[in-house]
Amino acid sequence: MPVGHSPSRLASALRYLALSLAALLFLLPFYLVVRNGLATESDITSPEWTLFPGTVHWDNLGELFGDQSVPMASSLLNSLLVAVLQTAGQLVLGSLCGYGLARIPYRHANKVFYAVVATLMIPAAVTFVPSFVLVSSLGWVSDLRGLIVPGLFAGITAFLFRQYFLDFPRELEEAARIDGLGHWGAYWRIVVPNSKGFFAAVGVIQFIGSWNAFLWPLVIGQDESTWTVQVALSTFLTAQNINLHELFLAAAVSIAPLVLVFVVLQRHLVRGVTESGIKG
Amino acid sequence: MTGAKQRTALPFWVFVGPFVIGLVIFAYLPIGWSAVLSLFDAHNTVTPTEFVGLGNYADMLADDRFLRSLLTFSLFALFVVPLTFVLSLALAVAVNQVRFARTFFRSVFFLPTACSYVVASLVWKLSIFNGVRFGLANTVLGWFGGDTVAWLSDPNPPWYWVVLVTVRLWLQVGFYMILFIAGLQRIPATLYEAAYVDGAKPGWQVFRYITLPQLRPTSVAVLLLSLIAAYQAFDEFYNLLGTAQGYPDFARPPLVYLYYLALGQNQDYGHGSAGALILALLIALVTLTQGRLLGLGRRD
Repeated sequence: MPVGHSPSRLASALRYLALSLAALLFLLPFYLVVRNGLATESDITSPEWTLFPGTVHWDNLGELFGDQSVPMASSLLNSLLVAVLQTAGQLVLGSLCGYGLARIPYRHANKVFYAVVATLMIPAAVTFVPSFVLVSSLGWVSDLRGLIVPGLFAGITAFLFRQYFLDFPRELEEAARIDGLGHWGAYWRIVVPNSKGFFAAVGVIQFIGSWNAFLWPLVIGQDESTWTVQVALSTFLTAQNINLHELFLAAAVSIAPLVLVFVVLQRHLVRGVTESGIKG
Repeated sequence: MTGAKQRTALPFWVFVGPFVIGLVIFAYLPIGWSAVLSLFDAHNTVTPTEFVGLGNYADMLADDRFLRSLLTFSLFALFVVPLTFVLSLALAVAVNQVRFARTFFRSVFFLPTACSYVVASLVWKLSIFNGVRFGLANTVLGWFGGDTVAWLSDPNPPWYWVVLVTVRLWLQVGFYMILFIAGLQRIPATLYEAAYVDGAKPGWQVFRYITLPQLRPTSVAVLLLSLIAAYQAFDEFYNLLGTAQGYPDFARPPLVYLYYLALGQNQDYGHGSAGALILALLIALVTLTQGRLLGLGRRD
């Protein structure tokens, strides 16, 4: 807020009007997902578009999860497994690496650091063909390991943790060293407990990224039993006959956990976005 | 550094080793392998069969469909990158200026970050830009006497660009707005006070000569990140334009083309690898030159 003058009432009113209109526009797609998910097929395809269709059909939920041709429960479970394990694994591996790079003296530490940073130059999406070649020779196609493991080693995570640990107060660790703890003990007992906020910030970004990932799960999850919820949605979206209300409800169910994560952890998410956007 | 010299490298590798081993296996090895594959004929197999030298590269660079995919990307970036920049900056400035309900507005614009490209494509394709009369956009057009538009199925005129660009804007503008808000809040208030004392008019003048130059590092980051993200566009193209019959022969960005080339019927890993490496090289080049041009390397 520029200091020293107050904007005129009119300008302020116009600003609020514009922001409110934009906010409505931004919320509309979310509303449409829920509206269509809880409507009947004829409500959705009615030539007369209505903002609120007559009745809210909560029974659509039972229909969705009872539909044998839609692997809703299993794909949600796969997404949850992938997102949780990938987030946890990235946090552990990336933070250890970042700490080692930032704090433990070693002759070749710089070379290792450059080898990590170099991978940031090549986005993972571009290397999906090479990665697929590798994963398929490991026999991990249509296997949860193929979905999870290659995503554990994101250079950006190690990089962000290194930058963070460079600024971590040394006094805390030195106190731990005096108490006889080695690097390992100091890391787990002092450094990690004092960095919860940063772990949460990086973690929530990774979780959203994992849950919403599409290209890699599409390439690897070829068998229905390994579909994530995004792949399941996409399969029905591009199918011949679409059951609209069921598809929209599935979409609503798939974003519900993330909207919850978003609302509860927004402070950490904002920090994570800012850190990764500016430093990365 | 802590002064005392480490006698062994063990503590370092205990921390760094697991990650670096994974990085070698899942980042360096695939790239190396596909560099090898790209020199071979490799259909339906991931082991190299017949050596073709740079043939695959030559094929790809002469492949009309590959070149058109690069053109598609360029058009896409030409729309998306500047619009993302302007809209996210405008939202950041507006949100940053209001006092009441600031957190509310920030959260609302940021919320689409939680939505996947698949879900957004679903809403855009089946609800907002549905080509039949009950589609929302067509309903609104109807109020003004417009004709029903087949948004995605008809490439002439190419209305599908509206769908592709707006879905990405909705999904990512809030993300970049957060970056701009952080940038705005780092500008020292004293600069604005000084400008006020010097008689600068609040509004455009202050924005042009104080805010914008101060936001330079953020602006560079936003341009670079949104360009790299556009390069990797796949999800919305695949889900908006793909059908049970396959993908249409227009609006194919590079990743979609590679996907169908390497993982489609032919499983042509040789050409797929060559294409992937050309793409990776292009991105690295663009990142480096743009970063250098805009001074990203400067860290303070």
